Amino acid sequence: MDESLVQRIASNPAYLQLKAKRSRFGWWLTLAMMVVYYGFILLVAFDKAFLSQLTGDGVMTVGIPLGFGVIVFTIVITAVYVRRANTEFDELSSAVAKAVLK
Amino acid sequence: MSRLSTSARRVLTLLALVSVSVAAWAAGADLGQADKQATNWTAIGMFGLFVLGTLFITKWAAAKTRSASDFYTAGGGITGFQNGLAIAGDYMSAASFLGISAAVMASGFDGLIYSIGFLVGWPVITFLMAERLRNLGKFTFADVAAFRFQQAPIRIFAASGTLVVVAFYLIAQMVGAGQLIKLLFGLEYWIAVVIVGALMMVYVLFGGMTATTWVQIIKACLLLGGASFMAFMVLLHFGFSPEAMFAGAVQIKTDLALKDGKVAEAAASIGQSIMGPGNFVKDPISAISFGMALMFGTAGLPHILMRFFTVPSAKEARKSVMWATGWIGYFYLLTFIIGFGAITFVLINPQFLDAKGGLLGGNNMAAVHLANAVGGNVFLGFISAVAFATILAVVAGLTLSGASAVSHDLYATVLKKGKADSAAELRVSKITTVCLGVVAVVLGIAFEKQNIAFMVSLAFAIAASANFPVLFMSVLWKDCTTKGAVIGGFLGLVSSVGLTVVSPSVWEATLGNPKGSALFPYTSPALFSMAIGFAGIWLFSVLDKSQRARVDRAGFLAQQVRSETGIGAATASAH
Repeated sequence: MDESLVQRIASNPAYLQLKAKRSRFGWWLTLAMMVVYYGFILLVAFDKAFLSQLTGDGVMTVGIPLGFGVIVFTIVITAVYVRRANTEFDELSSAVAKAVLK
Repeated sequence: MSRLSTSARRVLTLLALVSVSVAAWAAGADLGQADKQATNWTAIGMFGLFVLGTLFITKWAAAKTRSASDFYTAGGGITGFQNGLAIAGDYMSAASFLGISAAVMASGFDGLIYSIGFLVGWPVITFLMAERLRNLGKFTFADVAAFRFQQAPIRIFAASGTLVVVAFYLIAQMVGAGQLIKLLFGLEYWIAVVIVGALMMVYVLFGGMTATTWVQIIKACLLLGGASFMAFMVLLHFGFSPEAMFAGAVQIKTDLALKDGKVAEAAASIGQSIMGPGNFVKDPISAISFGMALMFGTAGLPHILMRFFTVPSAKEARKSVMWATGWIGYFYLLTFIIGFGAITFVLINPQFLDAKGGLLGGNNMAAVHLANAVGGNVFLGFISAVAFATILAVVAGLTLSGASAVSHDLYATVLKKGKADSAAELRVSKITTVCLGVVAVVLGIAFEKQNIAFMVSLAFAIAASANFPVLFMSVLWKDCTTKGAVIGGFLGLVSSVGLTVVSPSVWEATLGNPKGSALFPYTSPALFSMAIGFAGIWLFSVLDKSQRARVDRAGFLAQQVRSETGIGAATASAH
């Protein structure tokens, strides 16, 4: 890629918007994932009793649905990112390409 | 006799079980030593069918594998959905299928903690790495790490990181294959290792990435199908009520504790203990460190990273991880149900127990015995064949990524300064494949009697401490320089290996030093070695005032533009 094309892309408003939006979104979601996972690990490390307490009259504990919840959360949060990237980010990206590659 | 078969003898004592299996999976759900079983012809027949099918695919793939690009990345012609299955296949190893279901059977909830750790790296890869990798890279992750840097030093580092990770992972898989075959097929250990080595070489040599990917896809479908059937049969037995399944398992664990001579109250609490965390996490530092190795190691495994270059665009790369995350998550939910199913169907079924009440063949046979219990002998043969196929497919992917590091990074880029022609590069990668195959077989046989439980987790720790920081900083941090990346990367590599050697799982369990003599007390080095890697990259980049450092920093803008937009990225080759 030659220097003038790089400069043209780097100063394109759609590119700046894409870069800012995607990186902010990516970092927030990363943070959310870290909080959920390390939150779970810290509960395991420091508050086993909380995870082992019963939710009702049966044998079900707080920990099992919570653990399943972490797995489901992981899949859902990935889907959330991919959905937005497939629509909004890809549109911005093709707008950049259209503007600079003539 | 190893700890897993020792533990099988004490299977009735839950506490003993917990401590033994915890040590085993804290170190990577390794398969451990196994006793040879009677020859199982159904399983061998099913496996023969799988091999026949995959050889046909290899023949078809061979016709398509002409250039270096075909060999490394299947010409970039894999779709996101296919690639997602292949990535999931790389991840759903025999160790995770048999190891995690055995862990769940032994101690319930703790098995879940382990599988969650393996899953949570994927979203982070999706959010921060996948698209950028695809936009910057061509064949190996070194293409990305070296994008704006001086080629030779970074490539040498990346090839070292790749080969070290691949070596440990390969040994673990080869030893696992040998042990598994003794268990499942009743064949000799060395025969299994040679079969794996030979078949893997055929796939990679003739079919390159196309064959390696399709072998992985087929295996992933078979494994997901088989595991789904087992989980379905378990749930059917309990009228699709999870509460009934859990209650049944707790009851059985309680009865077993009673039979073991516990008083009623203690037995009930042992029974209920499978529903909450046990001794998996010994201390918070180990827990966090181990979690970091799993979470970030995934983003530094060379055989996973290379799969991002097999798809035609960043969009497909993104879809790959979406599918992979979905399949892997689903698979771990299945193993959890399978583990609880094994408590009900296997743990109290005399058909599957030895004289002392332990599982025939050891605890890792939980899923295999369950297959027999819910689907009869033919399904048992099917699951055994799938478990073997799993190792084969993972080993092929590992070998291919090792071969790419040597031929593309070391030979074509460092030695030939990027001027090697495609045919010569292809020849080098094939020679490397043969060498790696032979080395894997030899090491597999050499390590037969060794305790290699630490090797998979070591591979993850190295990937997290060396490959991941270099990749991450080179892509996202403007001021990163060649010198910083190389020194920091090697610091991460050396510290993760060094700390593992002086940790209890190697220093005491493998090298046989007395208990308590290990200098590093935690199960995983990642928390410390990752910090060393990142700090090293930062410090030596900041201190770097060389001419080259100016070039490195100036190159960031062009790299960022391409990583964000994909303009100028390598495209799929036409077929």
